[in-house]
Amino acid sequence: MQARGRCWKFGDNIPTDRIVRTDLVFRPFSEIVQHVLETCNPEFPLKVKPGDIVVAGKHFGQSSGRAIAAKAMKHTGVSCIIAESFARTFYRNGFEIGMPVLECPEITAHVSDGEILVVDIDSGRIVNETTGRQLQAKPTPPFLLDMLRAGGLIAMAERLAGEG
Amino acid sequence: MGRAFAEKVLARAAGLSEVRLGEIVDVYPDLYMSHMASWRCIRTLEKLGTDKLYDPDRIAMVMDHISPARTAKIADDQRLCREFAARRGIKKFYDVNAGIAHVVLMEEGHIRPAMVVIGTDSHSTIYGALGALGTGVGFSEITAAWVTGKLWMKVPESIKVVIQGPLARGTSSKDVMLKLIGDLTADGATYCSVEFHGSYTEGLSISDRMTLCNLAMEVGAKNAVVCSDEVTRTYLAERGVPPDRYTEIHPDPDAVYVKSVTVDARSLAPQIACPHAVDNVKPIDQVAGTKVNQVFIGSCANAKYEDLVEAAKILKGRKVAAGVRLLVSPASKEIVQRTVKDGTYSILLEAGALITNPGCSACAGDGGVMADGEVTLSTANRNFQGRMGSYNAEIYLGSPVVAAATAIRGVITDPREFLP
Ligand code: SF4
Repeated sequence: MQARGRCWKFGDNIPTDRIVRTDLVFRPFSEIVQHVLETCNPEFPLKVKPGDIVVAGKHFGQSSGRAIAAKAMKHTGVSCIIAESFARTFYRNGFEIGMPVLECPEITAHVSDGEILVVDIDSGRIVNETTGRQLQAKPTPPFLLDMLRAGGLIAMAERLAGEG
Repeated sequence: MGRAFAEKVLARAAGLSEVRLGEIVDVYPDLYMSHMASWRCIRTLEKLGTDKLYDPDRIAMVMDHISPARTAKIADDQRLCREFAARRGIKKFYDVNAGIAHVVLMEEGHIRPAMVVIGTDSHSTIYGALGALGTGVGFSEITAAWVTGKLWMKVPESIKVVIQGPLARGTSSKDVMLKLIGDLTADGATYCSVEFHGSYTEGLSISDRMTLCNLAMEVGAKNAVVCSDEVTRTYLAERGVPPDRYTEIHPDPDAVYVKSVTVDARSLAPQIACPHAVDNVKPIDQVAGTKVNQVFIGSCANAKYEDLVEAAKILKGRKVAAGVRLLVSPASKEIVQRTVKDGTYSILLEAGALITNPGCSACAGDGGVMADGEVTLSTANRNFQGRMGSYNAEIYLGSPVVAAATAIRGVITDPREFLP
């Protein structure tokens, strides 16, 4: 699994409440995506393109455990999220819905908005094409990679149910 | 080498004699809680096309967060849950009249020491108040657990928090936790199991233990625990759960902790978490005098019986300041009953409170939201922007007595002014 796209960089401790506004959680995703992360960067929901990569500081996705925040990120077309660290519910929810999330403690120091990143999800190798800088994310356990390949936990369970 | 609480409990729930730190294990949780998200679990189950449930007795559903229904869509979702529970023989189903899931499940005796409990809610850490390991997961994971009975978990490192008591005047478990969150920061315990130790925790009420374990989520903890003891056994016995119905698990005396922190509760001042981060914590004198439009006494962190009684002691015979709204949302039906019986309910009403039905209420943005530019002092556990209405509103977090004192003055007020 590979991802390649423009980098959108965000800060530390971004709560799910800022990824998806609390008053929008019951709205359709077509509406939610127009506001994703808007209070952190108003340009993001307007200009994010399929394949783009979100980079964040530490503890991305803190606050609520609802998977809607991870889902909303997926609906923007973002191909993966790399953060210095994640809130554990967000990390789990990423795999659950089939959105690659990688932890790389050095990431924010070596990438900037608009730079092109290439990410090998399986090995965790990250290349900043714009600067040539290479980085290594923490490895993802193999069964979580399987889950991603299947398209998420439920897709995987469906597949297993089909086989069984 | 000694093992900490989480290592021992996860080994038990995984059916292994031992687990290693960082190891990923398949755990069989003892209880799967889902709240309003239950309908999503049911829809996902339908999508999976299976009728099989691993163990309906491990499923608990509580219709909190938005209760009663606010829209036809929510009413429909709740009906789906109600009918599913009836059809599938789910006995631990609690409807919109029950209150906040976390508190209801403990009051009903469903949470016991050494259990692993997963919930569709990040504050599932609260179950550590009864010596259980509680943690939050997404709704698809709950659905998968309904069917397979299991869930992957990484064996966490543990952090030891030593709280030295007794408490200073005018402070409570809330102030202890806000101080800890300010010191450790919002990600200070990410992926870790937090164990509370120290003289303050000895003999501490279950209500206060709930506040500790609930707020541990705000340092990013995977779970949090005050280990079971005589207080736990008494609480459970009062709820019809005798000691032979559960086992207890305690950390080894020589358990290894990745970090140890101490909070000296003896010299603590009331603490306030300021907008817009739970770890933006200041002693009350630095924010006293800040004007508020609303005071909210609610949430699974601080709307328990004891919290309402403490607030009522200050509000008794006094009035909420003109122009200020005091919203009280008791955590459960049982709490409403107790406050009605002992007169606490009338004290709050007479002071000018609007008392809502039990549930998450304003904490989940379900009523009681703020207009642009407004300020709330809340006893809940989060103050992120947009959590209670307008993005241009501010939330300060404090204890129930701070809330009561603030409601009377209309500005953030040190509760010690009102204490003997
Ligand atoms: S009271 Fe608030 S924090 Fe607790 S479960 Fe409800 S919404 Fe979540």
